[in-house]
Amino acid sequence: MTCTEFLALLDDLIDDSVSADTRAELQQHLHGCDHCEVTLNTTRKTIEIYRSHEIYDLPADLRERLHAAIMARCKKGC
Amino acid sequence: MATIQSITGENEQHPDVALVEQVRGGDVSAYDTLVRKYERQIFRIAQHITQNREDAEDVMQDAFLKAYEKLEQFQGNSKFYTWLVRIAVNESLMRLRKRRTGKMVSIDEDIETEEGSVPRDLADWAPDPEQNYTQAELGRILEKTIKGLPPGFKVVFELRDVQGLSTEDTAEALGLSIPAVKSRLLRARLQLRERLSRYFRSKKGSGKRGVKSDVH
Repeated sequence: MTCTEFLALLDDLIDDSVSADTRAELQQHLHGCDHCEVTLNTTRKTIEIYRSHEIYDLPADLRERLHAAIMARCKKGC
Repeated sequence: MATIQSITGENEQHPDVALVEQVRGGDVSAYDTLVRKYERQIFRIAQHITQNREDAEDVMQDAFLKAYEKLEQFQGNSKFYTWLVRIAVNESLMRLRKRRTGKMVSIDEDIETEEGSVPRDLADWAPDPEQNYTQAELGRILEKTIKGLPPGFKVVFELRDVQGLSTEDTAEALGLSIPAVKSRLLRARLQLRERLSRYFRSKKGSGKRGVKSDVH
């Protein structure tokens, strides 16, 4: 397997949607390729960081204000 | 990866459908539950597309109001959240067009870019690299990093990786094909990874532009 072929399956590997045979091939490639190992690990870490640190969060007071405004309009029939 | 809405089986009714039925029956408090459940996610999607906090607040309100008005048109065979995201994305794009004085802005624009197609920065990251920054610093880094991506990439990454929607639901919500969602997700992941490397690369060898490439 080449790096390009590995990269084409990177998302499926991360999302755990590869067959056992394909996974074994990917693992075999990883054993001999630092480049792809770093790419895989740091891509996983990228996702993990974005999942665990919510950006653009709504402060509670603003959220309540927006929520109240939506519901007031809905109760009036918009 | 677990998805938000894949917990129920094919034949089981999603809890949102029951809430929608209650709203249709005149129970406004059931809509209150739906708004609380999804308001933060909708706000984030709007912020990703509009890149403007005031616009995102307006979009969030307008999307929920429009969904309420159009609830009769909601088909129970699609998921309420994917239907709601579609409304929010359209509202966000309309808002963006107004700001850009009518310039067409589209979520399905396929941006051909070399960046991210082949990883260039091959430096490994420090262990737990985010711990070298305060929460506020990290927030600014993550925001700045994702801001530079095309809107379609940002929203696909947000829905798939942050909110945990399936590829199929993301495609439905954005009106994209499944291959288009997959292609954007791969490029979004790789571009974000490459950009974050500037901050997270391991200290040793930090003077170099990554380790020597040995791509075969």
